[in-house]
Amino acid sequence: MATTSGGEVTIRDLSKSFTLGGRPIAVLRALNLDIRSGECLVIVGASGSGKTTLLRILAGLEAADSGGVAIDGRPVHGVGAERAVIFQEPRLLPWLTVLGNVAFGLEVRGVAKAEAEDKARFYTALVGLAEFSDAYPRQLSGGMAQRVGIARALTVQPEILLLDEPLGALDAMTKIGMQEELARIWSEENVTMVMVTHDLEEAIYLADRVLILPREKGGTARLVEVELPRPRDRSESRFVRYREELLREFGLH
Amino acid sequence: MSLQHIEQRVTIPAHGGGTSLGADFPRLASRAVVRFLSRYGILIAFLATWQVSSSAGWVNAAVLPPIDTIVTALWNGLAGGTLLGDIAISLQRAGLAFAAAVAVAIPLGLFMGQVRAVETALDPILQVFRQTSALALYPVFILLLGLGEASKVFVIFWATLFPLLLNTISGVKQVDPKLLEMARVYGATRLTAFRRVVLPGAVPSIFVGLRLSATTALLLLIASEMIGANKGIGFQVMNAQYNFQTPLMFAAIVILAGLGLIANQALVSLQRRLCRWSSPTD
Repeated sequence: MATTSGGEVTIRDLSKSFTLGGRPIAVLRALNLDIRSGECLVIVGASGSGKTTLLRILAGLEAADSGGVAIDGRPVHGVGAERAVIFQEPRLLPWLTVLGNVAFGLEVRGVAKAEAEDKARFYTALVGLAEFSDAYPRQLSGGMAQRVGIARALTVQPEILLLDEPLGALDAMTKIGMQEELARIWSEENVTMVMVTHDLEEAIYLADRVLILPREKGGTARLVEVELPRPRDRSESRFVRYREELLREFGLH
Repeated sequence: MSLQHIEQRVTIPAHGGGTSLGADFPRLASRAVVRFLSRYGILIAFLATWQVSSSAGWVNAAVLPPIDTIVTALWNGLAGGTLLGDIAISLQRAGLAFAAAVAVAIPLGLFMGQVRAVETALDPILQVFRQTSALALYPVFILLLGLGEASKVFVIFWATLFPLLLNTISGVKQVDPKLLEMARVYGATRLTAFRRVVLPGAVPSIFVGLRLSATTALLLLIASEMIGANKGIGFQVMNAQYNFQTPLMFAAIVILAGLGLIANQALVSLQRRLCRWSSPTD
């Protein structure tokens, strides 16, 4: 079930600021970026660097002050069917079963219930929750709930998957397993993935390119291409060198 | 976490499943007795103390008649049909008022919870009405609507309206905005988001309101029937007291308690059916 092409994102002169205590604080300053179709771009940056804001603008949940975003050449205004978002919290509807939650996106879009459930069954199995189809969210662990959220996003077969610190709330062991799962899903689904994280190892493990957003005023965003074969090995020397390079970017090494 | 574990939590009824009755029977039976006593022991002891102290003359039997005379009065009233008519008219008054409150409060509450401007505008007057005792307003309703059925139904309606309305509003407002944002990402229109997210999310809180309102309805029913009625359970309580028929008075009180328990139980089981996902507490 792979989408063939599309999912190319063009970001031009994108600026966004918030007012805090009466004065504006710029979080994104004239950002330019091209996200390739089918790539995995991971955005890192200190808190306050605007990484989540950038993702929310890409999702269409927030508007830019100036500049803009285009997907496959079409400017983005608001949410769109070619994008799906995975949030830090699973955001499941507690009154729906796992299957009902996975089918939710399609049903909202008016897909017939039977067809929506068929697709939902496929993606529920893909994230390894087939036998929990009839369970309710309160019966799931954090990692399982997040997998339901991932399956719900995949079910609408987006060209672009936007992930806002999706593993940030999970414990270390679950997190590593989920990173492997995301890498597998990304390679199987051939989807453009844009993910925000504060975990540098996670960034190197998943990304084709890592976008580092500057914290200080006047700093420039930097892109690091991760040229490591997949599946990646966290203990490999080159992996460790990428980690050191990113740490240096943050002035921590 | 295995699948079996999950299914257990969903399906095993509160009273324990069907276990085979074999050699374990005495142990199981004694465990059942213990469970029964730990739940109903104090109630049974209360009734027993009442019975003994009344029939032994420790308390004035004219005020607190023995349980068996109350049961006899209850049986005679029900079998002879005199109390049945009272139950019917009381249920009609409370039911009509409760139904009207549901029909007004739930749609209005859903609307008010959604539209901030409406809620802001209506909240002060609602708070004033809510804090004004319905019983204090009953004389006003009698002046407006007369001493007949209308004022009785209306005072019950008035008192049941507010718990239901306020709980519906808060149910709508409590719906997690993050869930609404999620629905928006999938392209949900306002109407779809309301139907698929807001409404189901508000149901548990609406049920809290329904149960509070049902209790209030019975409370106000009795109060309204104590003034200017010649039929109804509340009337029977007062009338039996005037005539010093204390067993009959307690029989009417028992019926009231029974109606309250039945109404609450009916709402709890309806809630269980509608909200299996949230495992309601009693």
